[in-house]
Amino acid sequence: MRGLVAVLLAIMTGLFCLVITYLPKIGSADTAPNRHVTPVYIARSAEDTGSPNIVTGVIIDYRGFDTMWETSVMFLAGVTTVLVLTSNTMGRKPEKDGEEGEVIK
Amino acid sequence: MKEPFGGLILNVAFRLLVPFTIVYAIYVLCLGEYSPGGGFQAGAVLSVGVLLSRLILGENAKFNVLGKTSVVLAGVGTFIYAFTGWLTLFGGAKFFLDYNYMPIHMEPQHEMHALGIFLIEIGVAICVMMTIINLLDAIVKRGADNGDVE
Repeated sequence: MRGLVAVLLAIMTGLFCLVITYLPKIGSADTAPNRHVTPVYIARSAEDTGSPNIVTGVIIDYRGFDTMWETSVMFLAGVTTVLVLTSNTMGRKPEKDGEEGEVIK
Repeated sequence: MKEPFGGLILNVAFRLLVPFTIVYAIYVLCLGEYSPGGGFQAGAVLSVGVLLSRLILGENAKFNVLGKTSVVLAGVGTFIYAFTGWLTLFGGAKFFLDYNYMPIHMEPQHEMHALGIFLIEIGVAICVMMTIINLLDAIVKRGADNGDVE
C-alpha cells in the first residue's frame, strides 16, 4: 500500500513538473485574469473614480466592499488576540514565584 | 510599560520626534490617493507616535490612549467605514459604496468620490492605529500578570 502511494505521488509530481512549463509567464498581459477586467480598470479608472491613482481607484472605489471586510477582519483579529492574551488559561491564576521559576532561573 | 524609562536625552528627543511622526502620518493619510500610502500605513505610523510617547513618558503621557478606549475606537473606525457605505445607500445608490450618491452634493462628481475615499481612509487609519495599540496593551498586561515586567 505504501509503495503504491509512493509511486502515485512520484507520477503526480512528474506530471506537475511537466505541466509547469506550459503555465503563462508571470506578469504577462495575455493571461486570462489580466485580460478579464484589468483593461477596463486601466481605461476607465480616471473618469469613473476621479482618483489620479489607479491603485486607489481599484482598492477603495471599485472594490470598496472588499476593503471594508478586510478592515473588519483586522479589527476582529485584534479583538480576538486581545481576548486570548488577557484571559488566564483554564480560569486559573498564574503562579507567582514558585519553585519552578527558581529552577528556570 | 507602566514605568517610563525616559531620561533627559530621551525626553528632549521624543519631543522633537513625536510631532513629526504625527504630521507625517496625516500626510500619508491625505496623500494616499495620489501616491503610495493610505489608511493602513497612516494608522501604523500614528500608533508609533502614541507608543513612543507612552514608552518614554509612561501612563502620564499627554498623547495617549488608555485602557479599553482603544478597543472601542477600533470598532468606531470600522463603523466609520461601514457608515460611509450606508450613507451612499441612503442617498439612493444601487450598491454599497457608490460614491456618486453621497448625500452631500458637490460639483464635479469627482469631489464626492474624493470625500468618500477620504472618509473611508480615516476609518481604516483609526481602526489600524487602535488595533496595534490594543495588541501591545494586551501583551504588556500579559507580561505584567506573569511577573515578567515590573
